[in-house]
Amino acid sequence: MAAKLIPTPGQTVGPFFALGLDRPEWADMTRHNPQGERLTIEGRVVDGDGAAVPDALIELWQANAAGRYDHLADEQADKKIDPNFHGYGRVATDAEGRFRIRTIKPGPVPGRGNALQAPHINVAFFARGLLRQLHTRIYFSDEPANASDPLLSSIDEESVRRTLIARRGEGGVYRFDFVLQGENETAFLDL
Amino acid sequence: MAEPPSYARHRDGGQPPYLYPDYASTVKRAPMRPLIRFEHTLSEITGPSFVSGWAGPEATDLTREHAGEPLGERIIVTGRILDEDERPLPNTLVELWQCNAAGRYRHPVDQHDAPLDPNFTGAGQAITDGDGRYRFVTIKPGAYPWRNQPNAWRPAHLHFGVFGGGFVARLITQMYFPGDPLLQYDPIYNSTADRQARERLIADYDPNLSEPEWALGYAFDMVLRGREETPFEVQ
Repeated sequence: MAAKLIPTPGQTVGPFFALGLDRPEWADMTRHNPQGERLTIEGRVVDGDGAAVPDALIELWQANAAGRYDHLADEQADKKIDPNFHGYGRVATDAEGRFRIRTIKPGPVPGRGNALQAPHINVAFFARGLLRQLHTRIYFSDEPANASDPLLSSIDEESVRRTLIARRGEGGVYRFDFVLQGENETAFLDL
Repeated sequence: MAEPPSYARHRDGGQPPYLYPDYASTVKRAPMRPLIRFEHTLSEITGPSFVSGWAGPEATDLTREHAGEPLGERIIVTGRILDEDERPLPNTLVELWQCNAAGRYRHPVDQHDAPLDPNFTGAGQAITDGDGRYRFVTIKPGAYPWRNQPNAWRPAHLHFGVFGGGFVARLITQMYFPGDPLLQYDPIYNSTADRQARERLIADYDPNLSEPEWALGYAFDMVLRGREETPFEVQ
């Protein structure tokens, strides 16, 4: 077998990424009017001192309302692609470390073996001070399927598991904070 | 159903760590708890596709966006987006941002005492061709000071963002220039322990890419995570 190429290392997104990467319209994944339940996710990003992180970039990747990803590797013939939803979103934090995204509730997607994964949004998280991205997921507090989700079930401590779950509040607005260090540190994934 | 083909894990030292105290900003931002290892599912091996053009038109010549030409050394930067098995990634989005020739970003947070250039913004995007290739025309960015350590200067660099086939292969990185004396002092560049991996970040000067009387050419391939080795089927 041919020798593999060495992958390019990540390097920090730095403090000036908005120049090239901030596309405010990409924070609204409902902008092409996809099928599905509208929701808003908002929250704050804080560092190990609890200070706001004003230079973070949050990227989102999710299935459509039926639970199908708009990608060739998703071969679930029983679920339709939604031409108005490509599944990718992006938002930068403001000066107070806050962010808000508009999207639709993803459907459940298959896991490994015969498992079904609870509805979730995949997150790639970048910031000044992070030399490469962190990976995590956003789940939904009012979702019964969380109880049998393979990732959530693999986390023993409730205090860690709950950092992955957006809390539903008034009017379909969910709250999800990214805590980079400390007591309520967000659970980040080794993928 | 067969398990989806996972992406290969990064090898030790081939990527920067999260906590790297020489880069002071990592100290309060790197996670302290061990990461939770999770085997890839459809969620990890799928990712955004740009074939339909939703990401907008290409903007690959950063020297022609204003009434006049920007100051600085005109450069051509081109290369391929590949995975570890040398498979090209066609139709993928490559984003670029950078400071101007004086070392100043067009960004409100940048207070470096160097002039903005009214003829330079410093952002572009390309969609790779069928061979995974991108090409930008721009100007060589300047070095600039930062406050990480006393008298610290960032080596000249371009910021690149690239998407792989799966969301786990997403890469945001920086490209440096060969022979830059600032590289040896730069903690961001030196954060990757493996020398060969680190040197992937340095473009090659390529006289065949230079255009006579006009611009210097640099070659810069970016290599994203590939698939795990497929074990042989046992009958």
